[in-house]
Amino acid sequence: MDLHIAAQQIANGCALGAIYGLIAVGYTMVYGVIRMINFAHGEVYMVSAYMSAIVLSVLTVLGVTSPVLVLLLVLFVTCAITGLFGWVIERVAYRPLRGSTNLAPLISAIGVSLMLQSYVQISQGARDQGVPNLLAGSVQMNIGSGTAQFTYMQLVILLVALSAMAVLTYVIGYTRLGRQCRATQQNRRMASALGVNTDRIISLVFVIGAITAAVGGVLVTLNYGSFNFYMGFVVGVKAFTAAVLGGIGSLPGAIVGGLILGLAEALFAGYVSTDYKDVFAFVALICVLYFKPSGLLGRPEIQKV
Amino acid sequence: MIMSIQVDRAPIVRATLDALTVFVLALIVLGPISGVVLDGFGFQGHPLRPLALALVVAAGRFLMTAALSTGAGAFFVGRFNAATASSVKIMAPQRALRTPWVLALVALGALVPFLADKYWLSVATLALIYVLLGLGLNIVVGLAGLLDLGFVAFYAVGAYFLAIGAEHFGIGFWSALALAPLLAAICGAVLAFPVLRMHGDYLAIVTLGFGEIIRLVLINAVDVTGGPNGLPAPEPTLLGIEFGRVAKQGGVPLHELLGLGYSPNGKYLFLYGVLFCVVLAAVHVVTRLRVMPLGRTWEALREDEIACRSLGINHVMVKLSAFMLSASFGGLAGVFFATQQGFVSPTSFTFLESVLVLSIVVLGGLGSTVGVVLAAIVLTLLPELLRDFAEFRTLVFGALMVVMMLWRPRGLIRPARPAFSPSRTEVAK
Amino acid sequence: MSKTLIQAQNLTMRFGGVVANKDVSFTVKQDSITALIGPNGAGKTTVFNCVTGFYRATSGTITFSGAGGEVEIGQLLDKPLLGGSHLAARAGVARTFQNIRLFREMSVAENLLVAQHRAVNRNLVAGILGTRAYRRAEATAVENAYHWLRELGLESDANRLAGQLPYGRQRRLEIARAMCTSPRVICLDEPAAGLNPSETADLAELIKRLRSAHGVTVMVIEHDMGLVMNISDHVVVLDHGQVIASGTPNSVAANPAVVAAYLGAPEEVAV
Repeated sequence: MDLHIAAQQIANGCALGAIYGLIAVGYTMVYGVIRMINFAHGEVYMVSAYMSAIVLSVLTVLGVTSPVLVLLLVLFVTCAITGLFGWVIERVAYRPLRGSTNLAPLISAIGVSLMLQSYVQISQGARDQGVPNLLAGSVQMNIGSGTAQFTYMQLVILLVALSAMAVLTYVIGYTRLGRQCRATQQNRRMASALGVNTDRIISLVFVIGAITAAVGGVLVTLNYGSFNFYMGFVVGVKAFTAAVLGGIGSLPGAIVGGLILGLAEALFAGYVSTDYKDVFAFVALICVLYFKPSGLLGRPEIQKV
Repeated sequence: MIMSIQVDRAPIVRATLDALTVFVLALIVLGPISGVVLDGFGFQGHPLRPLALALVVAAGRFLMTAALSTGAGAFFVGRFNAATASSVKIMAPQRALRTPWVLALVALGALVPFLADKYWLSVATLALIYVLLGLGLNIVVGLAGLLDLGFVAFYAVGAYFLAIGAEHFGIGFWSALALAPLLAAICGAVLAFPVLRMHGDYLAIVTLGFGEIIRLVLINAVDVTGGPNGLPAPEPTLLGIEFGRVAKQGGVPLHELLGLGYSPNGKYLFLYGVLFCVVLAAVHVVTRLRVMPLGRTWEALREDEIACRSLGINHVMVKLSAFMLSASFGGLAGVFFATQQGFVSPTSFTFLESVLVLSIVVLGGLGSTVGVVLAAIVLTLLPELLRDFAEFRTLVFGALMVVMMLWRPRGLIRPARPAFSPSRTEVAK
Repeated sequence: MSKTLIQAQNLTMRFGGVVANKDVSFTVKQDSITALIGPNGAGKTTVFNCVTGFYRATSGTITFSGAGGEVEIGQLLDKPLLGGSHLAARAGVARTFQNIRLFREMSVAENLLVAQHRAVNRNLVAGILGTRAYRRAEATAVENAYHWLRELGLESDANRLAGQLPYGRQRRLEIARAMCTSPRVICLDEPAAGLNPSETADLAELIKRLRSAHGVTVMVIEHDMGLVMNISDHVVVLDHGQVIASGTPNSVAANPAVVAAYLGAPEEVAV
C-alpha cells in the first residue's frame, strides 16, 4: 500500500472537496428558501472562472504583480460581478415563475444554463482557456515510500473556502439577516406576514450562492490553470450531489458533503479509474438520492397527506 | 389637473430611468465576457460588443415599460395574465375539428419523397425522428408529469443496439426495429426503479445523471462501443433486397434487381417510407393511449399522486409503465437515426439532445400530440433554414425555453379534454 | 348483530419524537356512521391516514373486513415490492381529503373514470384496437360515472374541468369519485369544512343516503357538532393522540372529559 499515493489523493480530495462545498452552498441555500434546484448554478460558477481570468489578465496588463493583492482584487471583482449575475438571473427568469407549475422554474433554469453556456462559448471561443500560475511552489512531505505534495495554491483553497464558510455560517446563524433567511426558509408566508421582505431575502440568497460559487471559480481557475465553457455542467451536478449528500437545506451539510465527495472522487480516481470518475459521481448521486434523500445532516421530509 | 400632467409625463420618465438602470446593469453583467476576449494569457478588447448588447437590452426595456404604461399595453398585459391564470382548455366535442389539419399534415408528409431532393429528404427524415422522440418524451413529461432529462439514453440504446448488434450478432434493420424498443423499455424500467419514489426536481436530476452515465460509458468502453469514434451502422434491407451499390449483407442490390441504374437515393427513400408509416402508427397509438385507462392514470398521477393512491392506483406501476413506453419510442427512433446516419457516435447523444427533445415537448404543448408533431417539425426545420446562424442555436434554444416558461408554461397548444355524454355507447372525442 | 368492519387495536403513531397517536383503539361496525372528533391537533387525520394506508402505524393493528377477507392494513403497506397505500383502497377503503385533492386539469367525468380503473378493460392491445369488449367496459364506466354524478347533483358539470367547480361542488365531486371505487367504507376528512348551513344540511342527508341507499359504511372526521350529532351512530373522541371517550353521540356529549377537552377545565389551584 503506497501511503504517499493515498496521502496525495487525500490532499487533492480535500482541495476538490472544498470547491464542491463552496458551490454546494449555492444549491443548498436556494433549495432551502424556494424548494428549487437552480440548474443554472453550475454555469454561474463557470462564468466566474472566466471572469477571474479576465480580471487577472487585465490586472497583469495594468502592472499589478503582488500575488496577495492580485488574489484579493480578483476575488473581490469576480464575486461582485458574479453576485450581480445571480441577482439578475433570479429577477428575470425565476421570480415571475414562483407561483407557476412545478416544472416551469426548472425548465427556465435549464434555459438560463444553456444561454450562459452559449453566451460564453460565442464570446470567448470554444477552446480551453488558461491562466498563468499565480502561486508556484508546494509543501513536500515524505510519507512511506515516496513524497506527497500539497501545493500552496491548494492550501490557499482550503484556507479561503473554510473562511468563507465560517463567515457565512456566522452570518446565517447569528445575524438578523441570517435569522430572516432561516425564517423565510422555514415558512415563507409567515415570515412575510411578520414583515420580512421575502422577495429581497430570496434575491439575497441567490446572490450569496453566486458569490460562494464565484469564490470557488476563482480558486479553481488559479489552482488548475485551465477551464472551458462546458465545465459548469459536470461540476454543477457534482456539487449538487454534495449538497444532497450533506442534507439539502443544511449549510454545514454542504461543506461536509463537499469534502466527502471530493475525497471519495479523488480516491476513486487514484485507485480505480480516472476515466470513469465522472460516472462515479453520477452513480454516487443516484445512490444518495435513493438510499438517503435527506442526506447526512438533513431532516427527513414527511409527506403531508 | 396637476395630477393629470404628472401622469402624462411620468411614464416616459419612468421608462427612461428604467432603461438607464438596465443599461448600466447589462454593461456590468455582460461587459466582461463579451468585451474582454481571452487570448492565451492576454486578452483582446472588444468594447463595442458589450455596448451594443447593453443598448439593445436597454432599448427593449424602455419599450416594454413605455408600452405597458399606455392603455393598449395594459390591455394586452391583462389579457396575457388572464390567459396564463385560467389556462382554459376547451372540450372538443367532435373529432371533426382536428381532422382537416391532420389530413393536411399526413398528405404533406406523403408527398415529401416525390418533391424533395436528397438534402431536404434527410431533413424530413430527421424531423420525423424527432417527432417520434417528442411523442415518447411527451408520454412521460406531458402526460405523466415526470421530468425526464435523460431521455437521450434510450435514443442511444436503440442506435447502439443496431450498430453493435450488426457487428457482433448479425442483427439487421428489421430485427433491430423489433428488438430495440424492447431493450429500451427494459432500460426504462431500470432507470425508473430508483426514481419511483422521487418527485419533481430530484427525479429530473437523477434522470439527467442516468443519461450522462450512458454517454460516458459509450465514450469510455472503447472495445464494445468504439469509443469517441463510434461504430458504423448497417443499411436497411427489405426481404433480401439491399439498397447499396454493392451487396454487403448477402442480399441483392435493388438496382440490379430492377435493372435500373444505381441511385443513392433508394436507401433514403425507403427509410423515409418506413419511418413515415411507423410515425403514423405511433401517433395513432399515443392518441388512443391518452383516452384509455392507462393514459388517464398517467394524467391523474401528474395531477395528484396521493389522490391516485387513494383510488387504488399503484403509482409505482404507473410511473414504470410511463417510463417503459416512452423509452421504447426513444429506442425505436434510435434505430432510424443510426440507419439514416450510417454510423453512431457518442457526440449525438449529449444532454443537449435531451434538452432539444424537451424543448419540442415544452414548446408544442405538454400532452398535446399535434403540438409535439408541429414543434418537432419546426425545431428541425428552423436550424436548417438558419444555417448561417448555427452557433447561436443553443443560445436561441435557451432563450426560447425561458420565454416559453414566462409566457406559456404549458406550451403553445393545449390538449382538449375528451367530452362524455350519458346513455350512449360511444365516447365522443 | 352488526359485524365489525374496522377494528383498530392499540394504534400508535410516532413521528420522530412526536407521538401523534397513542394506544388508540376503536371499532367501526358495518353499515354504521362513525364520527371521529376532537380538538385540533388531537391526531384525527393521523388515525385516518393509518386506517386508509397512508401512514404505517408504528405499532398496533388495524383489521379490516374487506371483500377478500380480513386484512391488516399495516401488513398491506409492508409487502415488499407491490405493497403500498393503494392496496388499502383496493381492499375497499375509500377516502376524501381535508384539502381537496381532485385532478384539477381533468374533467369531472374523467375524475370519476380514473376512479374506476380497476373495473375497466386495461388490456393495452384491446384499447388500441378499440375492440368491442373494451368499448363496452368503457361505456359501463361512463354510465356508472353518470350514475354517481346524478346522485350527487353534478350531472350538469360532467364536462367541466374539475378545478373550475365551485368549492362545495368540488367537495361533492371528491365524494362521488371515492364512491366510484365501490368501497366498503368511505372515510370523509372534514367534509363540511367551508360549507354554509344549508350545504351542511344537504351533506348530512347525503351521508345518510350513502349508508342507506348504497350500503356503504361511513367514517367521518368533523368539527361541526351539529352534523356529528345529527348523523352519527357512534362517536370516538380523541385528545392529545388518545381516545378519551367513545359511544353514542348523546353519551359522548354529556361526558365531562369530552367537555373539558373542548372547552378546557378550570385550573385546580393548590391550597
